[in-house]
Amino acid sequence: MKISVDQTKCCGSGMCVLTDPDLFDQNDEDGTVVLLVEQPDAAHEATAEEAANLCPAGAITIS
Amino acid sequence: MTELISDELPTTRQHPFDPPAEVTRIREQARISRLKFADGHVGWLVTGHHQVREILGSPKFTNDPARHHMLDVRFQGEAPPERRKVEPGMFLSQDPPDHTRLRKMLQGQFTVRRMNQLSEWIGTIVDDQLKHLRSFDGRADLVKEFALPVPSLVICAILGVDYDEKHRFQDDTTKLLSLESTFEEAMDAMARIQEFMRELIVRKKADPGDDMISDLLATGEPTDEEASNMALLLLLAGHETTANMLGLGTYALLQHPDQLKILRDEPEVVDNAVEELMRYLSIIHFGPVRTATEDVEIDGHLIEAGDTVLMHVPTANRDPEKFPGNPEELDLRRPASGHVAFGHGIHQCLGQQLARIEMRIGFSKLFQEFPDLRLDVDPEEVPLRTDMGIYGVHSLPVAWSA
Repeated sequence: MKISVDQTKCCGSGMCVLTDPDLFDQNDEDGTVVLLVEQPDAAHEATAEEAANLCPAGAITIS
Repeated sequence: MTELISDELPTTRQHPFDPPAEVTRIREQARISRLKFADGHVGWLVTGHHQVREILGSPKFTNDPARHHMLDVRFQGEAPPERRKVEPGMFLSQDPPDHTRLRKMLQGQFTVRRMNQLSEWIGTIVDDQLKHLRSFDGRADLVKEFALPVPSLVICAILGVDYDEKHRFQDDTTKLLSLESTFEEAMDAMARIQEFMRELIVRKKADPGDDMISDLLATGEPTDEEASNMALLLLLAGHETTANMLGLGTYALLQHPDQLKILRDEPEVVDNAVEELMRYLSIIHFGPVRTATEDVEIDGHLIEAGDTVLMHVPTANRDPEKFPGNPEELDLRRPASGHVAFGHGIHQCLGQQLARIEMRIGFSKLFQEFPDLRLDVDPEEVPLRTDMGIYGVHSLPVAWSA
């Protein structure tokens, strides 16, 4: 599994960080997403999917 | 509701916690259906969870109120599009790129990390307010003494607004949000709050403090008019919404003793309890509204450019396709994330992480400190905010063993 993020779409809702702070962080300046782990291990696959699904701006994709 | 808002859509709840039954029946027949607006425009009513998310997440819809057909029959003629023009800084009603530019100036202030750092401080505000509540010797109005002051104190301190000046915006906020105000009355109330905010911007520029408005001005990015309207949005959104979740949420928990017991016995359930209360109560009557800027197909329906779409969040949050089992019930253990009570898309609530923490700490401490909290009136006597744009309870008389 590979996670990609698009900062230009991100609206800083924080849903990804709320869902899995091990995978995602937010930039202190403008609140946009910072990807901490590109390839999550099995233990984080479900939360990665959930974060992508919850993102209000469609800024997270899973491939 | 004392006055009829729409001939076409029921807007009054028959039960304090549920959307109007007729709207639920509409969803059961079709998650997207036609809806006639006040000017005769035949637009759309969207009651399905998935469909609401799809529209709110789509760039093919505008949030510009001047382009919406209005549902409210009372505003026809009084509020032509030119009177609904969005003022600079009102990013909630703007589209990209204006919305993006302004929201970005604030996003860094509301991150999960920053909000978590406020937990301890919010805890002391809640503790102080609970001490205040206890001073009432066994009975009080929970809204007046707890649910409204807590988020008001928090947002005022964050923004740098003097809480002692709340008379400058609290009553006018009520007038602005009242569904019984005429368009004229609402605009007058808005003008007075704007005047207060303009004065505040002048003061902050002359004498900056350690607060969000001063920080925003220090960036030099927004114009004074933008900063003033941005601050106004944060002030209004910050104190009315969470206050009503705390008030109505407490009422709902007191009316569901089995659920309240879960919250008391398993404190770790509180984060999910907050999400479930948001889903279950969905404290607006209807909305949000969008208008298509180009033809777009949603769920097999062709929504044409210019069509106005009214989404129905309370009903979408009860959609069994998203929340299987019994979505009509309050169930604090249900996986409730993904509800659309904070909206969806680029306008999703900017202050949601703050609201979550206020609710988490507010509900936890309230029921820890007042374990035998109970209603002090018959449940049907609790005055409901059916007359207000943001739903909730006007007051919540409660009692406890002093």
